[in-house]
Amino acid sequence: MALYSTPILGDNLDASMRANYTFVRADARAVLNNYYLGLIEDIATGPENDDIDLEGHMAKTETTTETTDDHIQIEELDEELATKAREELGDEKIIEMLRSMVLQRRFEQHAGRAYQRRKIKGFCHLYSGQEAVAVGSMTAATDDDYVVTHYREHGHALARGMEPNGVMAELFGKKTGCAGGRGGSMHLYDVERNFLGGWGIVGGQIALGNGVAFAAKYRDEEAVCLSYLGDGAIHQGIVHETLNMAALWNLPLIAIVENNEYAMGTALERVSAVKELEKKALSYDMASETVDGQDVFAVWDAISRARKRAVTGEGPTWLDVRTYRYHGHSMTDPATYRTKEEVDEVRDLRDPIVRLRNWLVNEDILTQEDIDAIDDEMEKVVKDSVKFADESDFPDVSTLTDNVYVEWPAEID
Amino acid sequence: MREIAFREALNEALAEEMKRDEDVFLMGEEVAEYNGAYKVSKGLLDQFGPRRVIDTPIVEAGFAGLGVGAALAGLRPVIEMMTFNFAILALDQVVNHAAKARYMSDGQLSCPLVIRGAGGAGGSLAAQHSQSLEAHYAHIPGLKVMMPSTPRDAKGMLKTAIRDPDPVIFIESEVLYGFKGPVPEEEYLIPVGKGEIKREGADCTVISWSRTIHLCLAAAEQMAEEHGIEVEVLDLRTLRPIDKALVAESVKKTNRVVVAEEGWPWASVGASVAESISRELFDWLDAPVARVHQRDIPMPYAYNLEPESLPSEEKIIEAIRKVCYL
Repeated sequence: MALYSTPILGDNLDASMRANYTFVRADARAVLNNYYLGLIEDIATGPENDDIDLEGHMAKTETTTETTDDHIQIEELDEELATKAREELGDEKIIEMLRSMVLQRRFEQHAGRAYQRRKIKGFCHLYSGQEAVAVGSMTAATDDDYVVTHYREHGHALARGMEPNGVMAELFGKKTGCAGGRGGSMHLYDVERNFLGGWGIVGGQIALGNGVAFAAKYRDEEAVCLSYLGDGAIHQGIVHETLNMAALWNLPLIAIVENNEYAMGTALERVSAVKELEKKALSYDMASETVDGQDVFAVWDAISRARKRAVTGEGPTWLDVRTYRYHGHSMTDPATYRTKEEVDEVRDLRDPIVRLRNWLVNEDILTQEDIDAIDDEMEKVVKDSVKFADESDFPDVSTLTDNVYVEWPAEID
Repeated sequence: MREIAFREALNEALAEEMKRDEDVFLMGEEVAEYNGAYKVSKGLLDQFGPRRVIDTPIVEAGFAGLGVGAALAGLRPVIEMMTFNFAILALDQVVNHAAKARYMSDGQLSCPLVIRGAGGAGGSLAAQHSQSLEAHYAHIPGLKVMMPSTPRDAKGMLKTAIRDPDPVIFIESEVLYGFKGPVPEEEYLIPVGKGEIKREGADCTVISWSRTIHLCLAAAEQMAEEHGIEVEVLDLRTLRPIDKALVAESVKKTNRVVVAEEGWPWASVGASVAESISRELFDWLDAPVARVHQRDIPMPYAYNLEPESLPSEEKIIEAIRKVCYL
């Protein structure tokens, strides 16, 4: 701890430092980066400070920021789509969407802290910044629809309604986890919710999603498969093999490219001959569009329309959903390939939660106090999930060789 | 008993299982309108229609992955690989996805998938189209691997594979498709993990599978005629899991073992079988386990070179003589 004796992440953050938000935030990030590099191990073991915001503009700190920095003009949500969403979904549903997004943001904060405390191991990819993609898409889906996704999927799991306790416990590798401690962060499953994983090989999962869509069509189900992939996956051969078959056979596949601009540390423009990813679908004569992934209603609307096309036999859709991740690729990534200013700009101008928050307040659907209460509630849910995960047992060693097969007429080994 | 060809036996298995279970479908290159590159799926399009017998583009990874996804969603796909040389393109879908789904989901998912097609050495096909790649799959926990040697086994084993709740890799020897043998008319199933003694003998056990079984049987006849040595030929049939009980029973009887395979020697199925016998049945052996295998080289094309690379009746006889100290 010699590197940082500053109290900014400790429990004695004073009001004057809090007022100078930019300074605090920059330093907090510097500390975090060092965390990620493994230079600081014990900082998060101290009392947690929930006033400092490591993620950017959450509701409470945002208020401070706005009053101290008048350059910040947060983008508004698309008004037309917001009106449409309000008509079709109703205020209660929209409040649920906010709750889910706040839950995800808080979940990832605590997952990050638990990682620093070595409670979570291995690869852990945080979703903060991308919440509108998960929530907008899952809101457009029905319970009969299927989800097949990639390894940055904590948000998808929560948005699909999986219990935070089970998801957090899985990250902790506990027997109470949603995959019994077998999967970890990258491999979350809930078959009852048609949530078919959490897959870790870049691009590989879209072929599975196509198969699930095939099965839905084969059985004449009125269901689609939401199949998520990152911008890093789009160049894999299997993605193109899959798109061709999905279009050829009119399968109810919705390919949702969560375009957060970086494939691990490589900027999209450095690896993609085509910059506007919706054009990729032209090769397959497939419906496609570009979507503002920081506008939860835009995502909801695009997926709703894609879903309608899919279940009426009009085939699959490819969506370039423009989003951004606040953290590095994984917990060991200090994200030196992009500037602090770049990250700040997204946080300041396009944060999906803040945009929805502002809209809700402007429309008099919620007050700032209501939103603070939601944040407090979600914070408590997540803290409880950490406690639940921490206190749960690890899987029994006697179960080590269970579930390799359904039927296995031999000894293991 | 009636005699039918290996490909006809497979065709019957597919047709019967598709009739029995609406969730079974066949997908692959040339399986429908062309009636199968090796005619295994002949007539199935006419019988079951294009919903269930589906021609694909040439995208092994893509349609294997589609099969995995469909299996995870509860269907029972039979994915035909024109040959297993091409299935290499789909290894990610098989190894990283199909084989891992059940374990990673703590038993929530299952993957009742069959990936089947021609494998093993062909004839004058050169290095890219003439490979025995069963070790790739036999290495992977989460998969089952079956390789029949006779029409009777082919039918009973494929029916089992299609009904099996786990992913099964089913490799058919390319040169056996026309091989005829007795196949019962009534329904029968051959269980996963059960080998069979194809010829009984008390003096030496030769363990093999797929096409090489027939070389072993010929070698056994010659040993009986020329040396009065009675060779027991044990057909593993399933390569994952191995029928260890049958192996142990035979080895304890003969005390001498040859393991013969069409694949390469290093890190192979035969190597593992030999290792397992050396470790678990050491006290029952009267000689070190001998092995016959393809030479450790890519397959040559030239007519005179190819047989030099492959296992042969002569090489098997030589190995039998070695373990019998003849």
